[in-house]
Amino acid sequence: MNDTQTGTVENPAYVRAEMIPEQAPPATQVGVIKWLRENLFSSWANTLLTIVSVYVVYWIIGHIFGWTFFGIWDAGSLSECRAIRDERYGEGASVACWAVIADRWDQLMFGFYPSELYWRPVLAMVLFLVAIAPVLYDNLPRKMLFFTVVSPFLLVWILWGGSIWGPVCVALGFVLGWAVLSYGTALIGRLGATIAAILVPILYWLFAAGPISAALGSVAPIGLEAISSDEFGGFLLALVIGISSIVLSLPLGIALALGRQSDLFIINKSSVMFIEVIRGVPLIVWLFTASLLLNYFLPPGTNFDLMLRVIIMVTLFAAAYIAEVIRGGLAALPAGQYEGADSLGLDYWQSMRLIVLPQALKISIPGIVSTFIGIFKDTTLVVFIGLLDPIGFTNAIRASTDWNGIYWELFIFIGLCFFVACFSMSQYSQYLERKLRTDNR
Amino acid sequence: MADLSTNLVEQRQIDRSQMKVSDEIAIEMRDVNKWFGTFHVLRDINLTVNRGERIVICGPSGSGKSTLIRCINALEEHQRGSITVDGTLLSNDLKNIDKIRSEVGMCFQQFNLFPHLTILENCTLAPIWVRKTPKKEAEETAMYFLEKVKIPEQAMKYPGQLSGGQQQRVAIARSLCMRPRIMLFDEPTSALDPEMIKEVLDTMIQLAEEGMTMICVTHEMGFARQVANRVIFMDVGQIVEQNEPEEFFTNPKSDRTKLFLSQILGH
Repeated sequence: MNDTQTGTVENPAYVRAEMIPEQAPPATQVGVIKWLRENLFSSWANTLLTIVSVYVVYWIIGHIFGWTFFGIWDAGSLSECRAIRDERYGEGASVACWAVIADRWDQLMFGFYPSELYWRPVLAMVLFLVAIAPVLYDNLPRKMLFFTVVSPFLLVWILWGGSIWGPVCVALGFVLGWAVLSYGTALIGRLGATIAAILVPILYWLFAAGPISAALGSVAPIGLEAISSDEFGGFLLALVIGISSIVLSLPLGIALALGRQSDLFIINKSSVMFIEVIRGVPLIVWLFTASLLLNYFLPPGTNFDLMLRVIIMVTLFAAAYIAEVIRGGLAALPAGQYEGADSLGLDYWQSMRLIVLPQALKISIPGIVSTFIGIFKDTTLVVFIGLLDPIGFTNAIRASTDWNGIYWELFIFIGLCFFVACFSMSQYSQYLERKLRTDNR
Repeated sequence: MADLSTNLVEQRQIDRSQMKVSDEIAIEMRDVNKWFGTFHVLRDINLTVNRGERIVICGPSGSGKSTLIRCINALEEHQRGSITVDGTLLSNDLKNIDKIRSEVGMCFQQFNLFPHLTILENCTLAPIWVRKTPKKEAEETAMYFLEKVKIPEQAMKYPGQLSGGQQQRVAIARSLCMRPRIMLFDEPTSALDPEMIKEVLDTMIQLAEEGMTMICVTHEMGFARQVANRVIFMDVGQIVEQNEPEEFFTNPKSDRTKLFLSQILGH
């Protein structure tokens, strides 16, 4: 402080005559040099640590890099692979034998799906991406959502094949429910129409859908070759189970979260009970229940597809977690938002749909996505009930004489595939959070 | 604070030509009682509000004034007595409640705008979904009211990008878009800086000048003096005193009112 420039205790009067212009900071305070100084070389101890760390990183990368990128891709068995290695890099060199992935690629991807029909899972994957795109990115044309609505039935038909009338008749059930709801409200009131819209499609599926599709099939036999669930395997299986459970568990989870918040006693208590029971038991127990116990409860002779049972169990399991994550979002919303919606005369469903859920879901995005990621990885547990997902195939592959003794390459490859899927989900959720941010933070 | 708002309001000439109290009853509360658990918040409230009245409710915190107006649009449920709004009896029937809510506008202390929607969407939401107004028409109405509260240029922004005073004016516009016959204000200026209080009070005065039936819970005594035709003082869940503003402020009858006024106007 300079006495001539600013006031002092003895003489507080001071008026600035001239404003100080902006100046550039000192050179040591900007750019790379500043960053290096502050982060790597701020003291001699840190300098030492930096040098040691750089060496360790170099050492690790040096080993992994060579092992990964000089790996052998063209061999029919592990012994052949080793022979090539010895010839190329000398006896006992440490390189990966990626040939196992090339050799067993089809199995790892499609399981026992007939090889001449591989175009069907591939087409299904492409159609799935087209269907999900307008849901993920709202700058795409909204008309694409029509395809999204149709796609579940289409994808099921492409993957499993059979008569096209099966999926069509199932889809008609939903149309029927919607029709009952929209035309019944005027006739029998809101509540009656809602109940009817649930009951009519169920009755239709139980008694009418089968005969109708059979009749249509005999009139116009349009269909693809039927593939049974036993033939699904590898990443196809993991993706079908994972994607179906993720897609189905979100709406169910929202319903359960709202149910748990409801003032209606029965709805509230049954939601709480469902969530606590499902969440309180390990997923593997539910999978065993699906594979073994359900058969005892079902009438003898019913053949209830194992894969479908697994999808249902994983969906219920995921829904219980999603419900709790969303409940957190609902609880985080200020009471004023509910009151604001109420005071404008919006009814319960309107205020949930327009005000509460958009905000609660936005708050819950990180939790929801991390549940999805967890569930997608947990689908590998199906190996314990005898389904051949990629992990299941590693066992089969390592048991074969050709590849007996290989493990790193397989697990790294599978890990990488799962990582790519999970990392994309995580990146998308961050994009979504940024996009939905409307405040000035 | 009270002095400040008195000054703010007195700077303005108030046009009283439209401020007419009619004989028609807008709200009637008969022996209304309410409990929070075992706590008796509202005790035997009897209040009749005629169309065109501008009522200010004041009182110490915890006296039940917010609860009282929140009972009028059923944000709080009363346990005994009856409330009739615009001829509709407030009961457990959800249809009646939704009908009353769409006729009665409300502004909150914390604005309660919807942060995920733009200002325009905030204003058009209820007309579109509750009144089934076509989108274009709802947007025109919204712009009309946003111009009225003097912030049409903010229509495409989000609430988080506006100042408190602007947000509260949007909240008022949002209520007005439903063309309510009655407006409730629950401490609309308590969360605002002094400078922003003026702009919100201006908007409220403008509404009063147009003959809106208003019930305001507020501590803005200047507003009460200039605009209200009746001031109600509440304490411990009951109406202690009510009178015309001039008489209420210069010649309070009850000791409790005198104490309250001396505390709020004294500094």
